[in-house]
Amino acid sequence: MQEITKLKDIVTQVRRDILRMVHANNSGHPGGSLGCAEFFTALYFNIMEHNTNFNMDGNNEDIFFLSNGHISPVFYSVLARSGYFDITELATFRKLNSRLQGHPTTHEGLEGVRMASGSLGQGLSNAIGAAISKKLNKDKGIVYSLHGDGELQEGQIWEALMYASANKIDNLISTIDYNKKQIDGALEDVLPIGNLKAKLEAFDWLVLEEKEGNNIESVIKILNEAKRLIRNNKPVAIILHTEMGNGVDFMMGTHKWHGSAPNDEQLENALSQNPITLGDY
Amino acid sequence: MELKDTRSGFGAGLTRLGQINPNVVALCADLTGSLKMDQFQKENPERFFQVGIAEANMIGIAAGLTIGGKIPFTGTFANFSTSRVYDQIRQSVAYSGKNVKICASHAGITLGEDGATHQVLEDIGMMKMLPHMVVINPCDYNQTKAATLAIADYNGPVYLRFGRPKVPNFTPENQKFEIGKAVHLKTGTDVTIVATGHLVWEALEASKELTKNNINAEIINIHTIKPLDEESILKSINKTKCIVTAEEHMLNGGLGDSIAQLLSRNIPTPLEMVGVNDTFGESGTPRGLMEKYGLTSSDIIKAVNKVIIRK
Repeated sequence: MQEITKLKDIVTQVRRDILRMVHANNSGHPGGSLGCAEFFTALYFNIMEHNTNFNMDGNNEDIFFLSNGHISPVFYSVLARSGYFDITELATFRKLNSRLQGHPTTHEGLEGVRMASGSLGQGLSNAIGAAISKKLNKDKGIVYSLHGDGELQEGQIWEALMYASANKIDNLISTIDYNKKQIDGALEDVLPIGNLKAKLEAFDWLVLEEKEGNNIESVIKILNEAKRLIRNNKPVAIILHTEMGNGVDFMMGTHKWHGSAPNDEQLENALSQNPITLGDY
Repeated sequence: MELKDTRSGFGAGLTRLGQINPNVVALCADLTGSLKMDQFQKENPERFFQVGIAEANMIGIAAGLTIGGKIPFTGTFANFSTSRVYDQIRQSVAYSGKNVKICASHAGITLGEDGATHQVLEDIGMMKMLPHMVVINPCDYNQTKAATLAIADYNGPVYLRFGRPKVPNFTPENQKFEIGKAVHLKTGTDVTIVATGHLVWEALEASKELTKNNINAEIINIHTIKPLDEESILKSINKTKCIVTAEEHMLNGGLGDSIAQLLSRNIPTPLEMVGVNDTFGESGTPRGLMEKYGLTSSDIIKAVNKVIIRK
């Protein structure tokens, strides 16, 4: 229980980081970032066996690919908070000469990032490649990936889904951030993806669903369940129901904060809902 | 002169890599026979990945495979290796700095009867614009095999372009291939002819005819379009004072375009370019198409005669 309290504190601090990073530039994507704070915290502080002394090959450790690169603020915050680089660097997000580019990149040598992402739909293919590489190397590590639900509108995702099951890529756990919103509005209004679970199952994936994607205990539970299902000849998907803008009342229940930053007053309000836990960068 | 296709040079090189380099893996999008990858597949089934007709996924998987130390070679036609997957190459390979070798067959117009949908003439331009992408277009079987072996030892993204038809195999067997190093095929004093890919042979043929008219041409084979061997080209035109470029590619964005930039920045020099001029190809025999679209030795001779009087 103490462990959970600690993780919840990290989540709160990550939310503060996200809000302050996007506010400082008046740009970035707070909505999806906030919605995935529990997922990233669970992954990096509880689920994955990983080495913060970063090595690109990541041999014999679990590795992660962020396919929906626009939620870089949550990725950067969790990487820094788990020790990949100093938290003071979060202040450089989206600024000139920063390693914390608007969308994640390997180009600037930022520890923890293994692939550029931003142009959507590519991360599942990348994760499959890394999973095959691990199989060839007889490496016991697991490959994780995260995808937006809107991102599933990209055709390459379905090429990759088809490939992964046909080729038994069973050291891979791919999570869909199912917040049902995208930049132009509700997923349902832009381009409905229909019965997602049935679609993924039709592509012969093992599919888990978690309705409480913003409850850290539920997220840990479903990720552990997924871990038990790997190496069973099938890739594993988790449909993770999340709330865009979670943790900030006026950012929830709307797609408006997908890609816009709070002003000074809004920041103050948002931060007051998430008091300092670990200390600001 | 023995006739052999450059794609078979790639296949032979890849087969050899399978035997000597355990990190080399290969991916193909349903064109294994056309790319001559079948021998590698047969000898290394665990290192060969048939991805089906899904080129975007193939490039993405290849990028992921580099994590853990694999050296992926992707194979499909040049059009599907570039224009179809440009964004995947840009983000997952070039910007991410991944050690992927994009191997492209059936490049240019000599793909022939399949017509313009398959005849990519813009690929060199697209690929050379990507930061740090190496672009290689060897001229015959032996050189394509040598290039295939050489790029495995180079750490970084490479675009390797080759073709479908059987063409003269005139460069030495087991040659050493140096990325970015021009090959001087003939010294001359009156004009420099710089050619790449299938057009290198045409340039040699042209030089024989030119000799009969007392024009002594210097012939340079540029197998690496990027990085360009600027020094060799500048040294040659310092002597000859005029230049003709020849390539099976669009003039816009190709080798001639790179050389025009080089010359105008350094020593403005009369230049004529042999290539395809802002048009799509069509169905036909490789030879018939080369003639119609102005890519033969006689087109090079015409360009030489034109450029010499501009000196």
